[in-house]
Order: sequence, then structure tokens, then C-alpha cells
Amino acid sequence: MSQEKSWKEISIAGVCSKSSVGFMTGDWKTYMPVRDLEKCTLCLTCVMFCPEGAIKWRPDKGQIWFDMGFCKGCGICANECPTKAITMKMEKE
Amino acid sequence: MTTQEWKFTAKDIASKPDLFLSGHRACAGCGPAAALRLIMKATRGPTIVTQATGCMEIVGSVYPYTSWALPWLHTAFENAAANASGIDAALKAMRKKGKVKQEHIDIIALAGDGGTCDIGLQALSGAVERGHDFLFILYDNEGYMNTGIQRSSSTPTGAATTTTPAGSVIPGKLEKKKPITEIMLAHDMEYVATATPYYWKDMLTKVRKGLEVNGPAFLHIFAPCPRGWRCEPGKTMEYSKLAVESCVFPIWEAVNGKRQLSTPSKLIALAPQKKKPVKDYLAGQGRFRHLFTPQNKHVLDEMQRFTDERWERLLQKCESSS
Amino acid sequence: MEKQVKQETMALNGDEAVAYAAKQCDVDVVAAYPITPQTIIVEKFSEYVANGEVQTEFVCTESEHSAMTACLAASVTGARTFTASASAGLALMHEMLFVTSGCRAPVVMAVANRALSAPLNIHGDHSDSMAERDSGWIHIYVENAQEAYDSIIQAFKIAEDVGVSLPIIVGLDGFTISHTLERVDVLPEDAVKQYIGERQLPNVLTHEGKTVPFKLDPDNPMTMGPNALQNYYFEFKRQQEEGMKNALKKIQEVNSEYAKISGRSYGNGLVDAYQLEDAEVAIVCIGSTAGTLKVIVDQLRQEGVKAGVLRLRTFRPLPVEELRNALKNVKAIAVMDKSMSFGGFGGPVFNEVRHVLYDAKEHPLIVNYIFGLGGRDTSPRNLRRIFEDIVQIAKTGHVETQVQYYGLRE
Repeated sequence: MSQEKSWKEISIAGVCSKSSVGFMTGDWKTYMPVRDLEKCTLCLTCVMFCPEGAIKWRPDKGQIWFDMGFCKGCGICANECPTKAITMKMEKE
Repeated sequence: MTTQEWKFTAKDIASKPDLFLSGHRACAGCGPAAALRLIMKATRGPTIVTQATGCMEIVGSVYPYTSWALPWLHTAFENAAANASGIDAALKAMRKKGKVKQEHIDIIALAGDGGTCDIGLQALSGAVERGHDFLFILYDNEGYMNTGIQRSSSTPTGAATTTTPAGSVIPGKLEKKKPITEIMLAHDMEYVATATPYYWKDMLTKVRKGLEVNGPAFLHIFAPCPRGWRCEPGKTMEYSKLAVESCVFPIWEAVNGKRQLSTPSKLIALAPQKKKPVKDYLAGQGRFRHLFTPQNKHVLDEMQRFTDERWERLLQKCESSS
Repeated sequence: MEKQVKQETMALNGDEAVAYAAKQCDVDVVAAYPITPQTIIVEKFSEYVANGEVQTEFVCTESEHSAMTACLAASVTGARTFTASASAGLALMHEMLFVTSGCRAPVVMAVANRALSAPLNIHGDHSDSMAERDSGWIHIYVENAQEAYDSIIQAFKIAEDVGVSLPIIVGLDGFTISHTLERVDVLPEDAVKQYIGERQLPNVLTHEGKTVPFKLDPDNPMTMGPNALQNYYFEFKRQQEEGMKNALKKIQEVNSEYAKISGRSYGNGLVDAYQLEDAEVAIVCIGSTAGTLKVIVDQLRQEGVKAGVLRLRTFRPLPVEELRNALKNVKAIAVMDKSMSFGGFGGPVFNEVRHVLYDAKEHPLIVNYIFGLGGRDTSPRNLRRIFEDIVQIAKTGHVETQVQYYGLRE
């Protein structure tokens, strides 16, 4: 965590100075999603439903990418995947 | 509103950059957060968002971090609609003097059920009556979740909250859920609709329709809260779907007062055997657990009866509209 | 602008003078709710709007709370905003006053000072704005309709100064000023517009790493009004205080600049000292009472009494040095308060003045007269008696009652 700034250094009125993409919520999770790529039909349901935006569609690679830096392990993706391609497993140390 | 509906695929939406960014502090499995992330994908150009105090406002704006990739204003709890009024008036005035570069800026006011149905109702009604050009989106998680799951007027009957606990004498909230969309419909707005994130295509289409209105529009989004409802975080979307399938939260839209059911609810109207019992929706939610006891069975029965009655009334209203 | 401009003389009451000034200031948004005795301001302004005399967006909000919210939101979108309220309406806005100051929105608000309920009273006293003295707004109190007109124009210049960026209340006594017809000399509109100019915005650093003007603009997105935890909230409050410090200077600057154009100045902008240079006794007060007191001082001076009046024009920021300098040789001071702080030791103005003078090497004797609550009139004869009281106090060095309720039926 960087040094906190003095009142002279920060913008007035609380205008925020950092984007939250710098705040990794991924360490919140207990369970993590594990994908079976063979079952995935690229329906993008998981991409639609992830509250964190941690499941990303990469059109250039034609792939879905799971960003563990933001995944909180809620399990919505596993619950909603129509082909059950995702399962939630305990995150290893 | 344009008559041509906005066409999009999952890939189109998935390729759009997020405007409600990752790194927000919502609980795992948060329904409103999932809904909000999707809602922001339906914006069509320069947009300003103003928000009432509540879960979604707090999680995205913990100084110095912000999860908002567009201009965003929060002032207080009861005045999201008044904020929108001020922004709308300012843009109109400044545009007259050539001080606004953009040809059009959409204004979205976001609030939870507290900031809409209770403390926010006055400002909302006032802003709508004055005809300001904004879309008001209510993300309804059926309680004052951010302050610790207290009851709101939008909490359904029978739900246990921290201010309507399921006690030995009183089984949770006794009052009915305030029909906020009926109230907003009575304001003669061009567009009023209900939606829920499981049916995301329907939800996004409605957001876009609301934005296209030249004047006020209201969208009621049903967004399950696993923390407050005490259900599994992975089941958020499942409950979103069950609410529609059991007719606890029917989804529909009203254009200039003409109401019609949206496809998921219409399918049930056409095939009533597909309607799920309310019990199926309530099961697994900790806030309704106390209803599954012999002494509270009457509450469960009353809930089914009331849901059926309200559903029938809705069907009649939709029929008389067409 | 150095040259004094040719002015037009009009017959206006305080409210009309305020509305007229706001009309000339090229305000973008007015969001307001009517309440006696401010109603004439909003009614007059809506006439201007209806007749196309202004290009302002006039929003008739459904409550004062929404009025202040709309002004705040409009202001942070970049608009110049104005509103007016009083009494219960101002009290209803209470929450938003702090928010407006915290969001550094330079909203200008005229307050036709009126008593707070209960019981209901529509007449003038200062309890409404005194209840908001901690809200982070600049408070300027005027003596008459002419000053109300001048102060509204000055208010935009003060509030919108980038180093200040704080909202401002211009208080005028309910009914006494707001509804009393007076002679008001008004500037030509182009002189006003030239003096206050276009609204300047301070710069902020956004989360995208850009330094841009502080406003809601899709080209430069920024997040305003976040929640600041224990580790940052305090710093934002200190920033507001810096704005207040800068306001002390700015108010004086604006007072002298405005004097050049209009030929009128109000003391040094912060305090209006009348016959205080050699005064042995003085009354300190706020608002229209000062006008009556000045007449009494003239009479007393003719009788050889060394009396003076200090009208505190700017209550927030409190002009500490000016108060000390103006009152340094006075032996006995009566501070008049048109509001109470229940359970406290005297009224708010008494508290502030006494506190400021506490460090003086030679302590003047200071007493408090709480008067005029709920619009109760105090005649010149009765006001004169206060001077007689403090003359006695100065002579004997003895204070019998520190805090008195003047004009109350015991």
C-alpha cells in the first residue's frame, strides 16, 4: 500500500485518484472456478454473469480468460454453466 | 424512443469494456453488482451516472479507488433523482450557451430499494413530475442491505430482516412489498419496466429503451442479495430466474402506459403449468427458513395466495392494455 | 475595471433586490422551493424566466432538500447556481449544506433569516442560519436592501474563486429587509457580467491520471462524493478550512474592487466599524439592527458619549484579527444576538466575539443581549438603553447580568 497523501496533495471534493482495477479482490476467495475446456461451448454465460467482470472474453484469441486477481469465488459461473464445464474447488495455498 | 430495437449478441456485450470496473468491494455473488456491470454495457454514448447511498455506491467508491469509468456523482441517500434533476438542468442551461461539447449526454440515476421506495420516493416523484431527461434504475435487493439487512418497504412479506426478525411471536415482516412500479406507472411516464439479471438480454434491451426516452423512465431490477437473503452466493442467478418462474417477480414493460409481459413471464402466462410454486423460490433462502415450520405455514399459504392474486391482476392489466 | 459606472435608482424590497442581482449574474440554474419570507425572490425570478429576461433553467423542486441537491449537482456539472431559502426550509437542507460544502460547489444562497419552529413563526431572527454556522458555508449578513443587492453579486465572485470554492449564504433579515421597500441603486447588467465574468473551475487529478477542470464531463470522467474512510476524511475537511482562510482575503478584495465600480463598500467587507476609533463602549451586532444603532450612536456622540457600533458582516469565516483590532480600545461591549443556543452561555455571536477577545491584554467587559426572537421589534429607545447599560458597566467595571433576554416579558 503506497504512502497516504497529505491534504495539500490530494484533489478537492474527494475526486478519486485511483482506478479500482488496482485493488485485487482475488485474495477474498475460498473456492476457485476450475474449467473443463472440452465441455465449454463459448456460450459466454459465465462472462455475462460474473459480478466482478473477472471472466473476460478475448475476441482476438476466441477464448475466455478467468482473471483470478479479481475472482471472489462466488460460484455463479459454475452454477449457471449450461454444460457444467466449471466446478468450484477449494483454493490451494 | 426508437422503434428499432437494439440488436446485440453475447459476444458484442462481452467485447464492450466494463464501465463498472473490477476491484469493487461487493460481496461474492452480489446480484446488484452483476446487474450493474451488465447495465453499464447498455449505455449508448456519453453518460453521467449519479447514485444514492447504498451498497453499490459504497463498493465502487472507497477513496482513493473508484470503480466508475464514467463521470459519477454521489451526494446523499434520498436524492439520486434530485441529483439527476440538477445535472439535467445544468446541461440544458450550459448547452444554450455552447458550453457542452457533446450533443447528448444520458443521465442514469441509480438507487437501491431504500433510496427509491422509502427515503428516495419524494425526490423520485418530483423529478419525474418535472419531466427531467433521465433513466432511474432501482436495484431491488429487498432490504437496506448496506447498513445491515434492515427491512425496507420493498422487503417481501414473511422475510426475516434485522428489524423484522423471525421471532417467536412475529414471523418476520408482516407488511406487503410496496408496489413501486405501479406507483411509477401512475406518473404517466413514457417507459416503465421490470427486469432481472438472469434474463440479461431482456434487461439490457430495457436499459437501452429507457435511455432512449426523451424524458424520465423507470426500470425496476430485481437483484438477489446472497448475504442479506442468506443463500449460497453461487445461486444468485438461480434465484433471479426462480423469482420470475414463480411469478414472485414478473417481468414486463409499459410503453406509454400500455403494459405487456416480457417473454419469460409471457411463457408462463401461456403455459400456466410451468409456473413454479412460491415454495420453490423461498426454499434455500435463510430469510424465509422460519416459514417452513408448522406454526408459520399460514404465512407460506398467504404468500402463495397473494402471489397468485397479484399475478392474475397483472395478467388482466396486460390484457386490457393490448 | 476602475471607473465607477452610472447606476439606476429603483425602489425594491430586499427580496426583489436579491432577485434582481441574481438576474444580472448570468445564473445557469436556479433550483428553489418557496418559503416565507423568501417567496418574493423565487416569484420574481420566475417572472424573469417566463419573460425571457434570463436564460436560466428554473427548477421548482418538490422540497428544499431537493433544491439544494439539484443546485449542488448542477454546480458540479459546471453550472453557476443560485437558490434561496429560510427557516424550516434551510433546516430541511441541513444535511445537504454540509455535502455542498464538502463537494466544494460554489452555490450562492440568499437566506431571508426567519425563526425556526416550534412554535411556528414566520418573522425575522437569525436562528435559521446560525444553526448552520458549522456547515462550511461562507456567511455574509447584510444591513439593508442595497447591501443585499451588492452582496449577491459579490457572492458569486467570492464563492467561485478557485482558491475558495465554497458555497455562500447571504443573510437578510426576514421582513425587516426582505419585505421593506428601499431605494436601491443597481448597476447596468453588462457591468455586473463583466465584473463577475464566467465561472472558473478548479483543477483536479482524476483516476485516469489527468489534471482536468472539476466538473462532470464524459470526456474526463471523475468520481465525486466517494466515501472516505478514517484515513482520508480529515484531510478533506482541512481542505475546506483552507478555502475559508482564502475567503477572508477574497471577501476584502471583492469589497474594494466592487467599491471602485459602484462607489459603495461595507467596512472592509468583513466588519463594518462605525465610530469605533475612539469608542469606549460599543455594540456588536449582525444585520439590520446596525442601521438603527448607527443613528443612536450619532445621537449619543452629540451628547458626548464615546459610543460605536461594530456590524459583523462576515460571520464565517470569522474575521478574528479585524474584530480584535476594531474593538481593542473599547471598555464595555454589548453583543446582540437574534438567536439562542439553548443550554449554552449566551448566543452564538456573543460566544464568538468573547472568545476572540479572550486573549486581549486588557479585557473589555462583554455582555450579551438576546433580543428580537420571532421578529419581536426593539425600538430605538430600548436600543439606546443598552448603550446606557454598557456606559454604566464601563464606569463601574461591574457586570450585573452577563446574558439578558431583552424585550422579553418576565
